[in-house]
Amino acid sequence: MVDAIFKIENLCKSFGKLKVLHDISTDIAKGEVVAVIGPSGSGKSTFLRCMNLLEVPTEGKIYFKGVNIADPKSDILKIRQTVGMVFQHFHLFPHMTVLENVTYAPIKIKHVPEHTATQAGLKLLEQVGLLEKQDVYPSKLSGGQKQRVAIARSLAMEPEVILFDEPTSALDPEMVKEVLEVMKSLATSGMTMAIVTHEMAFAREVAHRILFLDAGRLAEEASPEEFFTHPQHARAQQFLEKML
Amino acid sequence: MNLDFSRIYGDIPYITWGILTTLQFTLLSVLFGFMWGTVLALFKTSPFKPLNWFGQVYTSIFRGTPLLLQIGLVYFATPQLLVFNGKPLDITPLQAGVLTFTLNSGAYISETIRAGIQAVDKGQMEAALSLGIPYRLRMVDVILPQAVKNILPALVNETTTLLLNSAQVSTIGVTDILRRASIVGAEKYIYFEPLLFAGLLYYLLAMSLAVGASFLERRLQASG
Repeated sequence: MVDAIFKIENLCKSFGKLKVLHDISTDIAKGEVVAVIGPSGSGKSTFLRCMNLLEVPTEGKIYFKGVNIADPKSDILKIRQTVGMVFQHFHLFPHMTVLENVTYAPIKIKHVPEHTATQAGLKLLEQVGLLEKQDVYPSKLSGGQKQRVAIARSLAMEPEVILFDEPTSALDPEMVKEVLEVMKSLATSGMTMAIVTHEMAFAREVAHRILFLDAGRLAEEASPEEFFTHPQHARAQQFLEKML
Repeated sequence: MNLDFSRIYGDIPYITWGILTTLQFTLLSVLFGFMWGTVLALFKTSPFKPLNWFGQVYTSIFRGTPLLLQIGLVYFATPQLLVFNGKPLDITPLQAGVLTFTLNSGAYISETIRAGIQAVDKGQMEAALSLGIPYRLRMVDVILPQAVKNILPALVNETTTLLLNSAQVSTIGVTDILRRASIVGAEKYIYFEPLLFAGLLYYLLAMSLAVGASFLERRLQASG
């Protein structure tokens, strides 16, 4: 694949003696939306966190646009600036307003002029439907609103890919939808996304490809259509039976 | 018991003016101590082992020896140790005091700040990392503001301790509240009244800090 943004080769990760990821290899193409699903403890989040080196792989290579980020010599700060991440628990900066959360990194790291960054930030807040909350502190927001701000914060760095680590798992059911809507429109706009999720309907509808992880192995890799109608792997079949 | 404050009426302004010295001393020491303590806390939380080690050893030495001894060492030993152009370094009692208190309170404050840094949600660091924010900005703009907010009450306590301990610099001749009270006592051969009055001044200063602290705490809680 010529325009693979991520090329992952034989990725392994251990925490001490515990082997969490076994020999995972896959590509993510530009504009592709990949859903990573699997039972809890299967290594989904660790896999995702390896892609921006929040976890350092024990073995294997992760190429981001041709550069092996697992190489200690790679400029990981620079790479992280173009690989966005959205967390399960949002992790907004509590001492900054919503707008400051969104504009902080562009202003301080990319040295975007404050006026330009503010304009862009307001536009992003409008995009996630939270323009009127710009001057509010995160503690005053609902979970769904926090997560939408987190998405805007990540978008403000104009990333080439965004990693979503269970973005709706910490939300009350009635707030899941508003976050998924934002993600769906992002996917439609052509953003490259890797999403760890338990929202099967969403994965089926939005993802171009499903990665099914089981016990740290990439057990199955298929289109949503194939995966949800004819799962090949026995564990995937069991998993889907429980989920659907 | 014959307490007679009328005998020191004339000296009350003299002793009271000592507040300025005491406050100046405390303020400078807290300011520098906080800066030095922050640096030490960053050393202690740094992944770089030698810095870590330095922070630990430094703290253990300054917390493991008497403050009065440290004051003596800095004031009396510095001129012996540091010689500029053949002349011993001239250090005033106030300078020596502020230097000692900075070094000493830095050790205590660094422990408080370290605890504060470690109490900040790990996710904050990860969010900052994932945005590609470099170390210095990560600490200065994301982690430290939250850490300091958590430990603000503890820092005010630290300041109160420092304020009260500052009386120890009277031993090297800084004319703070206690020193002035002792001078009055020595001149008039009465110690009870000036010392009691000095005690009252220290108590009032400490209490106003305590009131300020609880006000601050309420404000912070309100701001979430």
